[in-house]
Amino acid sequence: MHRTKFFDHLILMIGVFVMVAPVVMAFLTSTHEAAEIHMNGLQATWGGHFVETYSKVLTKQGGFTGEVTGLRMMMNSLVLGLGFAVGKVILSMLAAYAIVYFRFRLGTLFFWMIFTTLLLPLEVRILPSYEVMNILGLTNTYTGLIVPLLASATGTFYFRQFFKSIPDELLEAARIDGAGPFKFFIDILVPLSKTMVAAIFIIMFVYGWNQYLWPMLMTTDERYFTLVRGVKQILQVWIGSQVPDYNEAFALAILAMLPPVLIVMLFQRWFIKGLTEGDK
Amino acid sequence: MKRVQFSSPLLPYLFLAPQMVIIIVFFYWPSVQAIQSSFYLEDPFGFGASFVGLDNYRDVLAGSQYAGIALFTLVFTVLVSGFSLGIGLLLAVKADGVIRGNATYKTMLIWVYAIAPPVAALIGLMFFDQHIGPIVKLAAFFGVELKIGLNFNDTAFAMIVVAVWKQIPYNFIFFLSGLQGIPVSVREAALVDCKSGFRRFWTVILPLLAPTAFFLLIINMTYSLFDTFGVIDVMVKDKAANNPITLVYKVYMDGFRGNDLGGSSAQSVILMIVVFALTIFQFRFIERRVHYN
Repeated sequence: MHRTKFFDHLILMIGVFVMVAPVVMAFLTSTHEAAEIHMNGLQATWGGHFVETYSKVLTKQGGFTGEVTGLRMMMNSLVLGLGFAVGKVILSMLAAYAIVYFRFRLGTLFFWMIFTTLLLPLEVRILPSYEVMNILGLTNTYTGLIVPLLASATGTFYFRQFFKSIPDELLEAARIDGAGPFKFFIDILVPLSKTMVAAIFIIMFVYGWNQYLWPMLMTTDERYFTLVRGVKQILQVWIGSQVPDYNEAFALAILAMLPPVLIVMLFQRWFIKGLTEGDK
Repeated sequence: MKRVQFSSPLLPYLFLAPQMVIIIVFFYWPSVQAIQSSFYLEDPFGFGASFVGLDNYRDVLAGSQYAGIALFTLVFTVLVSGFSLGIGLLLAVKADGVIRGNATYKTMLIWVYAIAPPVAALIGLMFFDQHIGPIVKLAAFFGVELKIGLNFNDTAFAMIVVAVWKQIPYNFIFFLSGLQGIPVSVREAALVDCKSGFRRFWTVILPLLAPTAFFLLIINMTYSLFDTFGVIDVMVKDKAANNPITLVYKVYMDGFRGNDLGGSSAQSVILMIVVFALTIFQFRFIERRVHYN
């Protein structure tokens, strides 16, 4: 018995090591100087240039126009992550409410129209989506960055599942007490959905923050670059330089992962709940 | 559906309006455009387009690279799904079995989920770097020379490693919650009937996990097909010439780098059909499996 437990722990520890070590090493390496990394490879010790490198990455004017800094990119990432999460929660909660709690003629048609969006990820309709954005003049705007990403039904389905699990008696009782659709939604459904909203908000924030392909196409103006989009920029500067700024690249990678990682770790329980209960 | 519902002539449309407007403008309009332009040949100088029927499809499918890229996409999808599912399941079973440190293992194993694929690839790129990469040095120690970005197979290897690493947490979360959903009574009954832990897992636990595993299989396939775009884009660094790419990456390359609107759209439509088939398959299968719940 003891021996099997030992091997269980051993396997788990190897798993944890494989998952965690690359990121820890990336962080430690980012505190060393570029020339030192270039000579000695990745570092597993504290380099002491933490403040120097990170303040440089956050505040230095970079890119081609010199208008984008790490802070600016971080702000853009926040706008994208928060805007997407808020938009998704509001849109999908309203839509799910209409679908589950109302009887109306086009209900089934609308349901299938929303459902179909699950079938085609953005990646397969990327070029025509880009053309549409050009026609609408939405490239290099926050609207163009956020709103098209909302055109998928994941959130609506999370809420639909959840609303369906709420007992019918609640609505019956509310109607006997004379509550109309607005009152029922705001006084009963919204408070009941708090945990679900939190869970979906976290998942959607991470999803929005981590977008890469769409921001890459939508934003050619560096003022709208997000951190994750910035990865592409690092690589383009990188090609052809003698001693690449490894430390700054690692620092940017750490900054780009920090907010979503922190949120997932801090709100782990809600995050897992939302993921495993809604996705089925 | 609910037994009791509101009936109002206007309200449901009002509530659905924002979602429907966005879906129509940003989903249906582009999708219809993709299908439409897949039948047209766009003039490279922007002077209109002419209807060419199925020519774009024929050109795409007969193209010298397409079969090779499709094959790589298949191999990539199978390997990434297989390894990340396998490792995720192994870790979930072990984490489910231990009591001490359970919560710590869980936290440590899931947080990588929050890292964006291109960011993971950037870190991966440096671990596989020619000058500073420890993995390249380790391989050299065993007499294997890794040349990421130059050698097709080496680059593919690095891509698969990064894509698997990034996907393990997701599978771990779902397998663990699937395992924890198995009633204690079932586990105890199995324990009485069967001494061997491995056989117990194989004959009792795994069949009960089958719905989770199947759901994850589809998710992992879509992940490998679409969400790995960032990994590939970072790893090939815009030099796709001798490097492995997937079908989705080719859609992007032909459309944005090659300005081949018709060809890119035709590829989009082919991918749409693949995803469509996958989803239909998923729903049919899940319906049959529903008795487990």
